Amino acid sequence: MADAVHIPDEAETRARWGAFAWTEANERKAHEVLARYPKGREQSGSIPLLDLAQRQVGAETETQGWLPVPVIEYVARYIGVPYMRVYEVATFYTMFNLAPVGRYHVQVCGTTPCMLQGSDDVFAACKNRGLVKGGTTPDGMFTLTEVECMGNCSNAPMVQINDDNFEDLDYDSTGRVLEMLARGEQPKPGSQTGRRSSEPAGGPTSLTAMVEGNHDYRGEWNTAHAG
Amino acid sequence: MLADKDRIFTNVYGFQDWGLKAAQARGDWDNTKDLLELGQDKIIDVVKASGLRGRGGAGFPTGTKWSFMPKEPKPDRPNFLVINADESEPGSCKDREIIRHDPHKLIEGALVAGFAMRARAAYIYIRGEYIREAETLFAAVAQAYDAGLLGKNACGSGYDFDVFVHRGAGAYICGEETAMLESLEGKKGQPRLKPPFPAGAGLYGCPTTVNNVESIAVAPTILRRGAEWFSSFGAENNRGTKLFQISGHVNTPCVVEEAMSISFRELIEKHCGGIRGGWDNLLCVIPGGSSVPLVPAAQIMDCAMDFDGLKAVGSGLGTAAVIVMDKSTDVVRAIARLSYFYKHESCGQCTPCREGTGWMWRVMERLRTGEADLGEIDMLQQVTKQVEGHSICALGDAAAWPIQGLIKHFRPELERRIVEQGGGGLETMQEAAE
Repeated sequence: MADAVHIPDEAETRARWGAFAWTEANERKAHEVLARYPKGREQSGSIPLLDLAQRQVGAETETQGWLPVPVIEYVARYIGVPYMRVYEVATFYTMFNLAPVGRYHVQVCGTTPCMLQGSDDVFAACKNRGLVKGGTTPDGMFTLTEVECMGNCSNAPMVQINDDNFEDLDYDSTGRVLEMLARGEQPKPGSQTGRRSSEPAGGPTSLTAMVEGNHDYRGEWNTAHAG
Repeated sequence: MLADKDRIFTNVYGFQDWGLKAAQARGDWDNTKDLLELGQDKIIDVVKASGLRGRGGAGFPTGTKWSFMPKEPKPDRPNFLVINADESEPGSCKDREIIRHDPHKLIEGALVAGFAMRARAAYIYIRGEYIREAETLFAAVAQAYDAGLLGKNACGSGYDFDVFVHRGAGAYICGEETAMLESLEGKKGQPRLKPPFPAGAGLYGCPTTVNNVESIAVAPTILRRGAEWFSSFGAENNRGTKLFQISGHVNTPCVVEEAMSISFRELIEKHCGGIRGGWDNLLCVIPGGSSVPLVPAAQIMDCAMDFDGLKAVGSGLGTAAVIVMDKSTDVVRAIARLSYFYKHESCGQCTPCREGTGWMWRVMERLRTGEADLGEIDMLQQVTKQVEGHSICALGDAAAWPIQGLIKHFRPELERRIVEQGGGGLETMQEAAE
């Protein structure tokens, strides 16, 4: 388990996060979350509430956030289930960080569709900027993780950095995105080669009328309503 | 080529607004009350007659699935619809386009399908990594509530129906329907034993149907245009239109809606600008997402892209995620990377899968470099057979099939690497078993 995450010292963590509680805004969000599930099924809120908690930790530490043990305990108390039931959820799902991460969590997809389209170059560009897989840069800016398929395969290769995806990358554009973030600028998310989304590069081969206007195709239907 | 007027997802590329007003101008939420007035049985009959098969990979007839739900749900055990938007199969990226560019098709479909199966509510389980997509979906659902299309007396139909969005947090296995239910209940996403099937005891122990995003989102259009319209596309038993997602070594990878049973060659020529380096440069294709075996160039070129056509060449349509590899590909590495994926994503519940996926990946890595023994190819084949069919869910099978496909079609390549490295001894075999 050499690649297991290093969870920080417990006494230190308790001192820092022992008094964790929702902010006012997040208290409202937590209520909204629990309202989605039937009464007595508050456990269903464990994943959304852990996400909310991680985001609050992130906001307080100016990073993507992580889940210290006292925060997980807080979430467990909040939904009234044993700590272990929530802890096992936090360890099962990859989006929960069990150790602190940097300001930007650079998650490069390395699964086959991205690999075929050049994710090696994306990793090389990260390496060139001093990012190391599984580690955080000394200035606390970037944590690099190799992740599994992110579902952007027709816009591969891609990286998810905190909440945004950067797609159609190559060595240069990856470096550019990282450079801008390091300078405190916000690079434009989505395709880095100018595609709108997942249409063929150079323009769509279908639905061309939709490019210019919100075309209603119903006038061209030739069959009547069913029933 | 499918005519634009016959495409269901007209805003699939997001050139236009996803919002309610724009969606209504394109024909969504157009007298949904009329659709509901067809009645539950009629809706299910139309969907059955349309020949729609589940778009999530297994291809089970959608109308038939809906008909399994109890006709008279008890007040304390309501029916639920769960919509699977946990799109995580390597190669798949269609549900993302539906959710971020045409979310109202999905939400209207949720109401229509939920009504047909007498469900009290729908939960849309969206994968956690689709962060911006989930923001759009939450906003679209809120628009539908504000317009009176959902909630009490949805669309003025007299039927009460809620749609909730639930975000996951990164686990491929939650795309398996019972793992999804566990995850929705706030637990680790570990699949349940079946039976009981979800239609009997699913979410919170209540009758539940789990459907893919695309299966649900096409339902309103099928009802509006009629079963005959939908079944006029595709070959017998493979009806309808389908979002294909092409990635890898084509000139212009894309997501595109096409008629089922389109030939691979036509799909690639029409929409993807051909194979990178020309058709002679095609090595092989994974036609349905990472879980299906690869198909060598000669067999796929003129194959019909549908359930039966791909089954005939020893593979499957899966989610129609077409991963194309040209001759520059290190095909052993490509499959070894998939083995790593399955090792990473095994939930750890069943021993053959938990141990087998890691074991298979380690052997695949050694086959990749050639530092192995010729006998290990057969041993690996044998191990895939021991994993396949010996786990609660299909992840074990999904991990085994790509390797079986590789051994079946590229054995000489595996042998070449080993021979070039001078073969290996027995020690290396034992190392892999550790």
